[in-house]
Amino acid sequence: MDLARWQFGITTLYHFLFVPLTIGLSLLVALMETAWVRTGKLVYLTATRFWGRLFLINFALGLVTGIVQEFQFGMSWSTYSRFVGDVFGAPLAIEALLAFFLESTFLGLWIFGWERLNKVVHVLCMWAVAVGSAASAYFILAANSFMQWPVGFVNTGVRAEMTDFGAVLTNKVAVATFPHVLMASWLTAGVVMMCFSAYHLERSRNVEVFRPSLRLALVTTVIAGAGLAWTGDALAKVMTQTQPMKIAAAEALYETAQPAPFSLFTIGNLSGTEPLFSVDIPGLLSFLATGDVDGRVQGIDDLQAEYRQKYGPGDYAPYVPIAYWGFRLMIGFGLLAAFVALCLLWLTRRGRLPRRRWVWRVATWSVVLPFLANSAGWVFTEMGRQPWIVFTQLKTADAVSPTIGLGHITASLTAFTLLYGALAVVEIRLMYVFGTADPPSDEPEPVKEPALAY
Amino acid sequence: MTLNDIWFAAIAVLFVGYFVLEGFDFGVGVLLAYLPKDERERQVMVGTIGPVWDGNEVWLITAGGALFAAFPEWYASLFSGFYLPLLVILLALIVRGVAFEYRGKHRSKRWRRNWDRCLFWGSLVPAFLWGVVFGNIVRGVALDERHEFVGAVWGLLNPFALLGGLTTLALFVTHGAVFLALKTRGRIRRKAKDTADRAGVIAAVLVIGFLTWTQVMEGSWASILLAAGAIAAWGAGMAANFFGREGWAFLGSAAAIGAATVSLFAALYPDVLPSTVSSENSLNIENAASTPKTLQIMTWVAVVFLPLVLLYQSWTYWVFRRRIGVRNIPVGH
Repeated sequence: MDLARWQFGITTLYHFLFVPLTIGLSLLVALMETAWVRTGKLVYLTATRFWGRLFLINFALGLVTGIVQEFQFGMSWSTYSRFVGDVFGAPLAIEALLAFFLESTFLGLWIFGWERLNKVVHVLCMWAVAVGSAASAYFILAANSFMQWPVGFVNTGVRAEMTDFGAVLTNKVAVATFPHVLMASWLTAGVVMMCFSAYHLERSRNVEVFRPSLRLALVTTVIAGAGLAWTGDALAKVMTQTQPMKIAAAEALYETAQPAPFSLFTIGNLSGTEPLFSVDIPGLLSFLATGDVDGRVQGIDDLQAEYRQKYGPGDYAPYVPIAYWGFRLMIGFGLLAAFVALCLLWLTRRGRLPRRRWVWRVATWSVVLPFLANSAGWVFTEMGRQPWIVFTQLKTADAVSPTIGLGHITASLTAFTLLYGALAVVEIRLMYVFGTADPPSDEPEPVKEPALAY
Repeated sequence: MTLNDIWFAAIAVLFVGYFVLEGFDFGVGVLLAYLPKDERERQVMVGTIGPVWDGNEVWLITAGGALFAAFPEWYASLFSGFYLPLLVILLALIVRGVAFEYRGKHRSKRWRRNWDRCLFWGSLVPAFLWGVVFGNIVRGVALDERHEFVGAVWGLLNPFALLGGLTTLALFVTHGAVFLALKTRGRIRRKAKDTADRAGVIAAVLVIGFLTWTQVMEGSWASILLAAGAIAAWGAGMAANFFGREGWAFLGSAAAIGAATVSLFAALYPDVLPSTVSSENSLNIENAASTPKTLQIMTWVAVVFLPLVLLYQSWTYWVFRRRIGVRNIPVGH
């Protein structure tokens, strides 16, 4: 079971490196192309083709690693699948039918359609991809939210049966998580665009293409950064109502506190039970969790006692260090990325280009931040739910496929890890090569397809 | 017709869509190792499926999702029971999908040759394994009373299933050749037609053998009629190919693959995964299904959106209806 968890964790995290970039970059490419269609300026076409190429490199991996995720529920978690299928399967199927078909079909049209479709239809294809990828995020998060906060169902003892599909789709956790993930995706795409634009601008290459690109990237990143803080705050409040244990673990708050401080960081033992040195902001956690600086936030120990009474003996707290640091790193890396963008926005105001190289270096290397933040956020929300796989309904330990042997899991875990690792190397290399290459030459009529793609 | 019947049929339709569409992708991928004489011809071949393979693969994702939603027990038993074959299929689909996007990203010969190998194996392996998987579904596997698979992995490689694998492989390769003949110009078009002529005969022998064996084992009137229809369509398609009527040939091979798939589902009905341990452990359209409420919601979603998907996917094929040849590929790429 531990290996099955590792496998799901590794493959999901890996998948989630590419997905936010796909969602965000499809929007930015669509915006670029729209700018070209509306103004007719060639630089926007060049930029569209440049960023489109990076988008495609990334899209391929997001797609193929997604199939693995869908299959894995049945392969490694058959007990889970039997239990939740009646509720959980529907959003997955709808995701494929509504979103994936839209995304994949119109992406094919976009890649190969430069000479076959007129401009407006062509740009609409990219908008369809952007809408499809964002919609897919909604449905998969609706499914995931059922695991975080199950609603619209009745537990028959054998399985969860759906009673209200509307409730499943409008789960308040899904409604709060979706905008947060969407903003994270925009931030990711904005920072990636900032990274490669900065690389070119540092060397004063292709300035006419990368100046507007940088502008779009920075504005997107700053808006998304602000949006992340806002949606994250809303999500934290929902989480306090739905999964108080997760928010308590995020703070390593063992005893119920009113008002509760927010600890910036702690040095001490890993689980935060004996802090040697810590920096706290009084009342902030109360404010984040409840909207009131004097609000009451339940602690892990009290919740533990409450859950033992309700669900029988056992340990109902997640592994606190991971929740604590996952939460902090997510916020820290995300804010840092937005801060870099904000500074650069100031430094490049009214068409200025900073001469100092370190400014561009910082912007270039910031590219790692959103990926670290996304991963930390995902680890936090999934690990914070433990020991439950479906909160209050089914434990992770009871959800695995009972007859899959250790050999099978070891084989698949090894195969996925090796293959994913190799593909990551190829992907990063390609992103670097194409991100630092000159943009495709300006042609009024880009007829050299399918050279763009294959 | 109950909701359960409808969803059984819907799953069949999704797999028909998948095999008919990705079937020719797989075929083209396998033929990539044999047909082209140079890089430009390889690009022509990849170009024929480039705009559509991705959308075609979504049929599998949708079939998987629909299986999960409509028949969770079937999904859970099937996917955990077929752990290793599905793992291999997944790995193959990963390298294949990545190869499509990456092969043109670098001009070195070695780079392209390696990705072409990925395309070849990534197409050949699933084309074979899907036949093995469906052979075993029809034949039944060892399910205990919890519907968990308790058999040995090697048992999945029984003669019937292996014949099924060879059958789908031969069908898809031929289907791919027929598709190439329809979509290309010049030497590739002629080579593809010749390949389809020869591979079509091998596929005919295999499909007759496999479908007959299926009928002997699990047949019903419906499955026998469908199997006969599949074989007739295949014969008609191959005859059309022989006389150079490429459109009709493709229609024939597509209809045959579709009818053969439905025939397997008909042979299965009303079971969805028979147990070889005891018939009491078998999964059928009743005990594997979701609640009527879920099925009802899913029905509405499918009724509204599946036609829409068919509409815009057909439009894609219309947009890319023109044949392509080496003169569409710029020199030096």
